[in-house]
Amino acid sequence: MSGSTGYFSARDLAMRFGGIRAVEGVSFDVRRGEVFSIIGPNGAGKTTIFNMISRIYTPSGGSLHFDGQDITSIAPHKIARLGIARTFQNIELFTNATLLQNLLIGRHCHSTVPILSQLLHLPSVRRAEVEHRRRAEAVIEFLNVQRYRDQLIANLPYGVRKVVELGRALCTEPKLLLLDEPSSGLNVEETEEMAFWIEDIKKDLGITIIMVEHDMKLVTAVSDRVLALNQGRILALGTSAEVQGDPEVIRAYIGGEPEPAAEVAA
Amino acid sequence: MSQFKTSYEQDLRLATKRSDVFWYGLLLAVLLAIPFSLSEFYVGEMSFVFIYAIAGVGLMLLTGYTGLVSLGHAAFLGIGAYANAILLSEGVPFAVSLPAAGLITAAAGVAIGIPTLRMTGLYLAIATLAFGAIVVLVGEKWTSLTGGFDGFPVPTPTVLGFAIEGPSGVYYMALGILVLVVLVAMNVLRAPLGRALVAIRDSEISAQSMGINLAFYKTVSFALSAGITGLAGALFGHYVRHLAPDSFGILLSIQLVTIVFIGGLGSLHGAIFGAAFVALLPQAIALVRDDLPFGIGRLPGLEPSLFGLILVLVIMFEPHGINGRWQKLKRWFLAFPLHKRAAFRRQKTYAKTDRLR
Repeated sequence: MSGSTGYFSARDLAMRFGGIRAVEGVSFDVRRGEVFSIIGPNGAGKTTIFNMISRIYTPSGGSLHFDGQDITSIAPHKIARLGIARTFQNIELFTNATLLQNLLIGRHCHSTVPILSQLLHLPSVRRAEVEHRRRAEAVIEFLNVQRYRDQLIANLPYGVRKVVELGRALCTEPKLLLLDEPSSGLNVEETEEMAFWIEDIKKDLGITIIMVEHDMKLVTAVSDRVLALNQGRILALGTSAEVQGDPEVIRAYIGGEPEPAAEVAA
Repeated sequence: MSQFKTSYEQDLRLATKRSDVFWYGLLLAVLLAIPFSLSEFYVGEMSFVFIYAIAGVGLMLLTGYTGLVSLGHAAFLGIGAYANAILLSEGVPFAVSLPAAGLITAAAGVAIGIPTLRMTGLYLAIATLAFGAIVVLVGEKWTSLTGGFDGFPVPTPTVLGFAIEGPSGVYYMALGILVLVVLVAMNVLRAPLGRALVAIRDSEISAQSMGINLAFYKTVSFALSAGITGLAGALFGHYVRHLAPDSFGILLSIQLVTIVFIGGLGSLHGAIFGAAFVALLPQAIALVRDDLPFGIGRLPGLEPSLFGLILVLVIMFEPHGINGRWQKLKRWFLAFPLHKRAAFRRQKTYAKTDRLR
């Protein structure tokens, strides 16, 4: 589609699992350099949209564009090289590897040395490895996790793992970062810290962010625009204040009129 | 104990500690001297350990590092053994037939790897088990190629005009290939390839999101693992001198799996410890058989049941295998008067990804 205007855009996105319509007719544009949050009660289809963007699911309908390119049917492992990285709601780190190794795996989409040279560990491999290490160390410094560098992920506390996942995504040098509930499982202090990092990533690294989040304080603090979903459809789109004041959104969360059936889930 | 690091290159060296260079050098020197000081029997047993260790390293890359289980690895050992022996008997020089055996087996690895790409855990185990059974059957029936049950005599290899004969010939050949294979495996593990394999083992979904092509890397893992096991097979042929298809059946496959489990999943040390254990246990049993009380030594099936018992005990009490024990022992000595039991307590919590999916 040529009608897309944003840096990233979704058009008429739909996802059906058998008879269940998880996402239906969702369209939105994300501008370069903004923090775009997606909110909604449980089962609204937020993570489904993320999984479609990172190509784990193939949309049943609609299209996705990023940076002038149609990414609707691209292979999932090619998404990282295009500059889209993500974190997961329930942390998907490589638990039996060290923090440093996890970050280096994040560098994978930038490694171009042929397998045969890797088997022989030719000088080109070594040069590339030192460069990867430099970039990974820059991320370690940015996130201030030096003291955990050589520890196994399995031995790290939850809050640190959350940060490592952010770091692994940053190691891919993304242009667009998808954060799936960055504050889940974090305490108030850690959530505040996360807000600072999101600000830094946006301002210092110039990365565009799409974020799924439940913590409205964090959403309000960092978002430029907010999209509210319920049962796979768009309820409202606008600034954080606009969306929070929208009567439809209030009804979806708090449940006013007994109209739609599945609000209890919120 | 530790030294300050001043450059990233230091972490890329094969031996990250200076003391390692000394100890591994000493080990190699001792191994090189063994044929001069021990009897032929022990030299033969050691060659057998090396051959198992090569196959163990091969299976470790697949099972320990990529998290894919294979119950048909003996088939790769067989393919390597027959490929090498057949090429040699056709007059191909050993310097060509050995690498060719590795490549042919790697191709067989790709052939089994591609159709099983979407399988993990039990399903993959059953698919590879079937593959192993098919290979043995083909070996038995295709008599014009393999000689069937009559067996296939393995010609003596010559390198640069020297015939590699006798226990010490096989010993040095196996030791040389083992050192080479371990070096290649270490290169894999310190390169993006090795990290991709570990990523696939720990979380396929995020490996994919990091740009790792699952199908490609799983196939590479199968090819590498099969190729290395094929080299072990070629050497196995020279060790036994006479091949029969039924010696590469399920029992040998299970022995290979035992090597990586008892040795400790996810470590090259483990592959070698495990190989030594599995190769030498039958001899150890034979030594004490007559002295055991109540006639236990004369019971049929003593050896397989002991293998089974040990495997169960290892999985229950030391999931990290012999290597895990060894690491703990090392740390105990390093911390000597100050060690505490709780230092190792935490390792039990890794359960999630220790399990094979």
